[in-house]
Amino acid sequence: MTMPLMKPKRKNPLIRTRQMSLPPGARGRIALGMTAAAAEGRFELQVCQACAAVQYPPREACHRCLSPRLKWTPQSGEGRLLSTTTLHHSNDLFFRERLPWRLGLVHLDSGPTLIVHLHGEVEEVVDAPRRVRVGARLDRAGQAVLIGFPNEESVHMADDRMLREMTSDPKFRKVLVTDGKTAVGQALVQAMVKAGADIVWVGHAEPWKKLPGWDDISKLPQVTLVPLDLTNGKSVDELSGEIGGKVDIVINNAEVHRTYGIGSRRGTDVAKAEMDINYFGALRLAQAFGGALKSRAADGVTSATAWVNLLSIYALSNFPSHGTYSASKAAAYSLAQCLRAEMRSSGIRVINVFPGPIDDEWNQALPPPKVSPAALASAIVKALRDGVEDVYPGDVAQEWLERWRDNPKVLERELAAGGS
Amino acid sequence: MNRRKGYEGVAVAVPVTVPYVRHSTRSAHWFIGQALEALVKVSGLAKEQIDGLTVSSFSLAPDTAVGVTQHLGLSPRWLDHIPTGGASGVMALRRAARAVQAGDADVVACVAADTNHVDSFRQTLGSFSNFARDASYPYGSGGPNSIFAFITSNYMREFGATREDFGRIAVDQRTNALKNPNAMFKKPLTLDEYIAARPIADPIHLFDCVMPCAGAEAFLVMSETRARELGLAHVLVRGAIERHNAFADDPVMVRGGWLVDRAELYAQAGVQPKDIDFVQTYDDYPVIVMLQFEDLGFCGKGEGPSFVRENRMTHDGSFPNNTSGGQLSAGQAGAAGGFLGMTEAIRQLTDAAGERAVPDAQLGLVAGFGMVTYDRCLCTGAVILGRALTPALSRKRERETHDSLSTVPGGEGRGEGAGRSA
Repeated sequence: MTMPLMKPKRKNPLIRTRQMSLPPGARGRIALGMTAAAAEGRFELQVCQACAAVQYPPREACHRCLSPRLKWTPQSGEGRLLSTTTLHHSNDLFFRERLPWRLGLVHLDSGPTLIVHLHGEVEEVVDAPRRVRVGARLDRAGQAVLIGFPNEESVHMADDRMLREMTSDPKFRKVLVTDGKTAVGQALVQAMVKAGADIVWVGHAEPWKKLPGWDDISKLPQVTLVPLDLTNGKSVDELSGEIGGKVDIVINNAEVHRTYGIGSRRGTDVAKAEMDINYFGALRLAQAFGGALKSRAADGVTSATAWVNLLSIYALSNFPSHGTYSASKAAAYSLAQCLRAEMRSSGIRVINVFPGPIDDEWNQALPPPKVSPAALASAIVKALRDGVEDVYPGDVAQEWLERWRDNPKVLERELAAGGS
Repeated sequence: MNRRKGYEGVAVAVPVTVPYVRHSTRSAHWFIGQALEALVKVSGLAKEQIDGLTVSSFSLAPDTAVGVTQHLGLSPRWLDHIPTGGASGVMALRRAARAVQAGDADVVACVAADTNHVDSFRQTLGSFSNFARDASYPYGSGGPNSIFAFITSNYMREFGATREDFGRIAVDQRTNALKNPNAMFKKPLTLDEYIAARPIADPIHLFDCVMPCAGAEAFLVMSETRARELGLAHVLVRGAIERHNAFADDPVMVRGGWLVDRAELYAQAGVQPKDIDFVQTYDDYPVIVMLQFEDLGFCGKGEGPSFVRENRMTHDGSFPNNTSGGQLSAGQAGAAGGFLGMTEAIRQLTDAAGERAVPDAQLGLVAGFGMVTYDRCLCTGAVILGRALTPALSRKRERETHDSLSTVPGGEGRGEGAGRSA
């Protein structure tokens, strides 16, 4: 059993903050296929479309029949642990600072042999190979690595020392939720508190206003309300000056969402308001908080760890009846990719969340299924715990994603014709 | 399948070692240059008479063998770049031997050299192969230590080997190294010290690992006639095999490619494992030495542990192994580690091994093992070298072309023709 993580003591401010060193992040182009799947929480290997042989390490052609038709395919990860080792020496800084480090050699039931990081609950191989389940996770370099998990789940599995190096679990961490006035914001606050967050700062653009649900979250002992207006650079900078050096997880859920596209309105005021929060707001926030987050990425078991952007599935392809909103989310998505690239060197994970229509007032005219704020919040907690990068919560998002991947042009035509 | 042509008439001579140093600011070219200079000096040949060249190195990039020709002013008519590390010695010999037999080259210099800058080992590991970059180096960055820890641990579980068994290999090699002036390790090693060493990657401990260093090893391949004309002490190639990516479906390495081809090796040499007087195994880790004892037929699969308990592996022991000290005690000068057994075997069979000589050695086996691209080494090879025949014996052998293949050359008159050695 994994020992539950204890809340770390207050840090001595005089002690040097450890700098981040990343595990080796170089991968060939083919191997990035495994990273692409792991970024969405799946463990995939290449499977030969001609002879069904499973390949690993990733290849350009089938090692059995030489066919180049290798397709990334989800794996169960069931296999036998043949051998283990504990490293007491490493040639790489990241691991040197984290020794001893356990590894395993797993023979997957589907064929290949894998070198994996070992979860602490997987015991040594004594007499005979041991059953394990292999999964893929993103490591601190943002690249997929394989992990050998025990066959049985247990309560504190997520607290495993090795696993916590890969993931961004909110437990004992300090979280900023940028907008507490919305149903989604309040669900996020509740979910972070439930997930064990140490402090949740909740942004409030208009502190003089009392809003429904406000009392419920403000009475939680972990919650501190803070003034934050993403349209105002000074407001963002002031908050960053106050708490920027303490925040471990930033969740930017602030957004302006108005319906309609181009022809139903005159002027650009509404579109500007959307852009001012959804795009420029995100930019202001990233400029103010990004640097501080990066500098604390290796600061102990509750280091700074993740940045969550609430985007929309409409960021992938414009939904004309929510046309300007879609455009602002597409801009925000593009900016989030830039943020992810800039954060990579420090190991801060940027998680982009692409929900389908949320069950709130601005999607009132859309038929179900819609994502409830609570479901969205728990999807975000799960993303942090599993260390994934891209999340598409809700049936609509999943379906649009599938259609978009299948053929983005066909999806564009369907959406233009009023389909959803 | 057609029977492979033998290696009759091929001589290997002039074993050269460029002394090892732990770290060097020189480049690989410097060590290759030193090796070639020694080959020329000792052989008495002019540089221009070396018309074939093989180069094995990890630290030569972006150059390959052809870059070396211009750097060192050579103009060979036959050239090969053999970047296969621990297997490069056997592979270079096989290729050079065929070039000589075919007349594509008269004298081939086989050179392996590597430098070792302070940070070059780490840099080599991360970019060693595509598979290492994608699927092994990101896992703890232990380099080959972690891979051989898996192989060792699995072998121990499956065949009941203990750390003491591997220790016997390391300790006896150290005893040999004490009589090798070029060995990096100068102090004796006891079994207790071996056991008490710090762990590196369980069950691999410090004395299971080689020490990376800089240096070079080289030898010349030419016809037997030519070697005699030049008055060079030489050995003869009795048989040689290589195999790559054998037993790919074994989920973890428990046997090597030697097993596939060993019958052919011994048939070609016309001898049996019991006829071999010493072996130079590839000793990146002791477990691999044990696999070679098994897979080259000195004992059965899984009998390695009892074999090492029953034998002394020192140069004067019942089963001399790695008489130079091997890489475990002499040091691993990169790709030159794949040549170490070859130069040592030539010395043993030309009476140039000094006080670590194997008494009355007539036949030696050199094994190669190289290239951990992912979870195991891919290249295996082995060669049987025999003491050169005296002119009289040689003439006799020519008359008995067919029968003599199964005869081990006699020991009388040994040393004749052994005019010079490096």
